[in-house]
Amino acid sequence: MEGILNWHAALPELVLALAAMALLMLGVLLHRSAREMVSLLALATLALTAALVLGSDRPLSAFGDLFLVDDFAVFVKTAVLGAAALALVLSLEWNRRERLDRFEYPILVLFASLGMIMMVSANDLMSLYLGLELSSLALYVLAAIQRDDLRASEAGLKYFVLGALASAITLYGMSLTYGFAGTTRYDGIAAAVAAGPMATGLIVGLCFVTAGLAFKISAVPFHMWTPDVYEGAPTPVTAFFSVAPKFAAIAVLMRVLAGPFGAAVAQWTQILVLLAIASMLVGAFAALRQANIKRLMAYSSIGHVGYALIGFAAGGEEGLRAVLLYMTIYVVMNISVFGCIVAMHRQGVACERIDDLAGLSDSAPGLAFALAILMFSMAGIPPLAGFFAKLWVFLAAIEAGLWPLAFVGVLASVVSAFYYLRIVKLMYFDTPAGAFAPLHSGVAVVVAFGGVFSVGFVLLPSPLLMVAGSAARSLLAP
Amino acid sequence: MSSVGFPLLSLIVFLPLVGAAIIATVRGDEQTVSSNARWTALWTSLIVFFLSLVLWARFDRSSADFQFVERAAWFGDLAISYHVGVDGLSVLFVLLSTALTPVCVVASWESVESKLREYMIAFLVLETMMVGMFVALDLVIFYIFFEGVLIPMFLIIGVWGGSRRTYAAFKFFLFTLAGSVLMLLAVIWLYLDAGTSDIPVLLDHPLSRTAQTWLFLAFFASFAVKVPMWPLHTWLPDAHVEAPTAGSVILAGVLLKMGGYGFLRFSLPMLPEASVDFAPFVFALSAIAVVYTSLVALAQEDIKKLIAYSSVAHMGLVTLGLFTFTTQGIEGALFQMLSHGVVSAALFLCVGVIYDRMHTREIAAYGGIAHRMPRYAVLFMLFSMGSVGLPGTSGFVGEFLAIVGAWQVNRMLALVAASGMVLGAAYMLWLYRRVLFGALTKPELKALPDLSPRELAAFSPLAILTLWMGLYPSSFTQFFSASVASLLDRHQSMLGASRQLAGL
Repeated sequence: MEGILNWHAALPELVLALAAMALLMLGVLLHRSAREMVSLLALATLALTAALVLGSDRPLSAFGDLFLVDDFAVFVKTAVLGAAALALVLSLEWNRRERLDRFEYPILVLFASLGMIMMVSANDLMSLYLGLELSSLALYVLAAIQRDDLRASEAGLKYFVLGALASAITLYGMSLTYGFAGTTRYDGIAAAVAAGPMATGLIVGLCFVTAGLAFKISAVPFHMWTPDVYEGAPTPVTAFFSVAPKFAAIAVLMRVLAGPFGAAVAQWTQILVLLAIASMLVGAFAALRQANIKRLMAYSSIGHVGYALIGFAAGGEEGLRAVLLYMTIYVVMNISVFGCIVAMHRQGVACERIDDLAGLSDSAPGLAFALAILMFSMAGIPPLAGFFAKLWVFLAAIEAGLWPLAFVGVLASVVSAFYYLRIVKLMYFDTPAGAFAPLHSGVAVVVAFGGVFSVGFVLLPSPLLMVAGSAARSLLAP
Repeated sequence: MSSVGFPLLSLIVFLPLVGAAIIATVRGDEQTVSSNARWTALWTSLIVFFLSLVLWARFDRSSADFQFVERAAWFGDLAISYHVGVDGLSVLFVLLSTALTPVCVVASWESVESKLREYMIAFLVLETMMVGMFVALDLVIFYIFFEGVLIPMFLIIGVWGGSRRTYAAFKFFLFTLAGSVLMLLAVIWLYLDAGTSDIPVLLDHPLSRTAQTWLFLAFFASFAVKVPMWPLHTWLPDAHVEAPTAGSVILAGVLLKMGGYGFLRFSLPMLPEASVDFAPFVFALSAIAVVYTSLVALAQEDIKKLIAYSSVAHMGLVTLGLFTFTTQGIEGALFQMLSHGVVSAALFLCVGVIYDRMHTREIAAYGGIAHRMPRYAVLFMLFSMGSVGLPGTSGFVGEFLAIVGAWQVNRMLALVAASGMVLGAAYMLWLYRRVLFGALTKPELKALPDLSPRELAAFSPLAILTLWMGLYPSSFTQFFSASVASLLDRHQSMLGASRQLAGL
């Protein structure tokens, strides 16, 4: 089975691409009434793709080594597709309520997911860039899909301009790398980096590629777009932004830095340490005074990326596994929190102020309980899942001797505990501000999933630990 | 499996969660749910208490080893396992926790009006966390339970507390969390250095002096906040004043002991050199705590705040006794922790009784109520004497032993510690006089009913324990004397070994 083409390695991507195009046709033909049906079919497509991903042969490279399927790719792709599916579930209810009657919505989610899983499997800077742009373009449109809404248009435009800038920076870094390494292949770059002292052009290329990808994961100081876009975009879109592209981009960053630039570990570790410390501090302090829950979650996600980067900076199998575990747990918690935010609406109007949660434990005890668990979990309080995510990154950091990172990390986690607790306080200590409309069953499933995962993770941590371990191993030793 | 043939400790730890799950699933109107929550919580906590009596009966008092040990794989390839067991240092704390929980349930029977279901769930979850922390024989498991306590306690203070409850709950949570996360770094470092987080293995794990110093500081940050030691005690008066009665009972009765237990379990045996190095520092803080907080207690207008400050003073005596490294000092500290767990819990219940009736904690609002509440006056007197350390009550034994331990180290220290007892007598007796004696002049106090049978039921186990521990202390000390002796032996031999290594 070791052909050059090996197209079956990309079977999940091909299926997803064809299905997305078929759904586009279907949507055009059926037009107005198509949204619900296309959404459900898109969900089925995501599930099918995920099943194909899980069943794929690995390790296997395809298209003359441009494309690589290994345990790492399978792990990240499954998580990204799962996150996309959950975000799509959240949009079902939201779009009906907000009369966002566009069948393009689920199709854009599919194309964005396609781009993400392509870039995770990329084994060459060119195929990486193709995947990155495919997902980014779909995401720009998604951000502005509520086009009559001023904030959404602003968010979309801002995201587009800044995102295009970041893409350009990435591309510039890639071209420098190509110029100095003579190839865009990962193995070729790895050979060039490992051979003797690194050319300055390669180091600059490394910095630019890292900066561009840091924009996608919204690590400080490349985070400026995040609060505005998170606030402006429709909530399910924000939910999608905060999980799938983030995980995919951090995975790509891992593959690029640990693979082709693996020998330059001393250089990129410095960058990552700086990004991690800055992200944790900004994520912790800037969120303290936020009144809008989506902005709060934006800063919270910036902080969480900082924690994931701790594991990354620590490097090695332990560190990379810690990043994968952190991001997986983060994705599940975050999508569920956004499920709660989608559920925040009364009299047909979505509520976004944190104060709207006041007294939720009286009007919706189940929702309040789930959100409280998620908040404690996000704050990293044991025995909830978020604690274990932090435990592993700190474990990796201390093993690598990165004491400053671990120290700033734990202190930032105390500061950030304050704003997570503030939400619990509003829901449980304060007097009711009025009930929300009843919970939609799809949203309830997403919220319950995150709550049960956060509580139950402590009982059975080893399966996830093992899968993430083999994914990290495959990244280091292909 | 353990010597009793079934996983007794796991049952004690996790049975409360089953009770909580039952309460959570009850459907029906407000009345049904509340009454169901009360009775389920009471029965669950009573069954747990009776199970823990098996520990009391079957515990081998002559052994310093871990008993009732259970172990199960948990974390796959990481050397972190579910490992629980008790030794002489922890077994009585398990009993203290399981005994205080039903008392709390009974004490909250009528005084909690809103969200009773959630309240009882919080208490049962809290019980799991507390007992789990005392029986944990794996550092990571210990940490999980140690921090897990914060969630139910935060809610108990914040939801059912007084007017400044939000401030108090946040202060409690963030103070403790800030200390704990530093301990987390120490836990991880220890795990990486020893290759395991198993506590019995770690106890024999040699550490360099530098490592000991850093680890000691990290553990100290967590335990000193929890004890609490001066000057990190400021969260305690706020938390106590705002917490509901039963919350204060558990806070004073068990949560404060977590810090002392932590010192005893980790700092002293694992970090012997650093403990000796830092002993003068701890003595200084403890001495300040004893004198300063006693003086502060004298100036309080609020009954709960007064008792909260007295807790800080009493816990100062505990840390003082622990770091003397003498048999008397450590046994005294252990006894003082148990005694304080009973007596201060009872005193907070006493405050709760009059607060339920009058809805104020101002000392000035009372006076002369002994005329109306004779039974209450007798009990309050008993517990005040226990707090003062009158011979014949539990308080005396612990304070006396701790002071004897301090005497062997430094006589000035013993003098300062003893002055705390004098000041303690001053503020407690003065409080007693102002609240219970004098003329009954305030009209609203004239109709106060005496203790109800339910309140008496809550008080009686605590009164019996106060007298039992005071009159026949050896029935308690025999549990831990073997463990304390082995701890001191280990301490001496580790000190000796490291001095040999250093070529001294």
